[in-house]
Amino acid sequence: MTGQSIVLAADVPFPPSVEDFYLPSILPWGTHDSYWFTKITVLLWLAVAILIVYFLVSYRKPQLVPTKKQWLAESIYGFVRNNISVEMIGPRGVQFAPYLTTLFCFILLMNLFGIVPFLQISPNSHIAFPAVLAVISYVMFIYVGAKHHGGFFKYMRFALVPPAPWFILPLLIPIEFFSTFMVRPFSLAVRLFANMFAGHMLLLVFTLGGFAMISANAWFTPFSIVSWVLTIALTFLEFLVICLQAYVFTVLTASYVQGAIADEH
Amino acid sequence: MLSADVVGSTAAIGYGLAAIGPGIGVGLVFSAYIQSTARQPESSRLTLPYVWIGFAVIEALALLGIAFGFIWQGQL
Repeated sequence: MTGQSIVLAADVPFPPSVEDFYLPSILPWGTHDSYWFTKITVLLWLAVAILIVYFLVSYRKPQLVPTKKQWLAESIYGFVRNNISVEMIGPRGVQFAPYLTTLFCFILLMNLFGIVPFLQISPNSHIAFPAVLAVISYVMFIYVGAKHHGGFFKYMRFALVPPAPWFILPLLIPIEFFSTFMVRPFSLAVRLFANMFAGHMLLLVFTLGGFAMISANAWFTPFSIVSWVLTIALTFLEFLVICLQAYVFTVLTASYVQGAIADEH
Repeated sequence: MLSADVVGSTAAIGYGLAAIGPGIGVGLVFSAYIQSTARQPESSRLTLPYVWIGFAVIEALALLGIAFGFIWQGQL
């Protein structure tokens, strides 16, 4: 509604609601009950295309003295490999670096759409996208753990039964199960989703609040201007959150993998 | 006699209360990081990933509050 066209109208829908995240459909243009092809879909494909094309082009002819594009691609990969994979997982982290780099770049780009002018909504503010990413991380750390410990049940025994006196185990095993196999994927998905959702909501409140005040009463104009200035400040805060959440998602995935392939608790 | 209507959702108050805990928790994480870095500056890079993990895990509680506020909207 408000996402595709913000107009200086008197009837600004002020308290923004969840409905503002369901943008009108593009292919049957402008309908509100079909969500198969919306701006969210376009942004998703855009993110995938940008990543594939950028990394292919920047590494097509690798040079010893890197060009600017190659330098950027290499430093992103180097950052994820050295500062996330190897630091969290250890020497074996190098083999997870490609996936973690892809994950990091994808989340960063999808989140960045939230503050790019005219795009201004992140696909990650719909829980479906973070949920799929979290499921991939979940399946990955269980698979890696099962492979490392020689079988799914051996891994479960390693993950669920800590070295503790037997009488405390009935308490510890459910807690371990709950925290490792239920809370982890859920919190991974909800953290990214809620950050993007709340960020978009916050920007909507301050932008639309300015319009709502200015159209309610001309005397409120200074407050509207303050509200819009705050929107700009919040956009910078949002940039910080965007980078942080991409980093946190990747670091947590790395730390789950590390927990799965550790040899002791 | 003036009568005022207070409209809205009590969920807003509930979320404000729910944000106290994570607020204190996030504050503790960063205060511990600042203290440890002040005492031993060379450990700052070593502890930084754990700062972000701890921050993220604690912050998840506040964010669950936002998510559940919308999930249970108008149901309770």
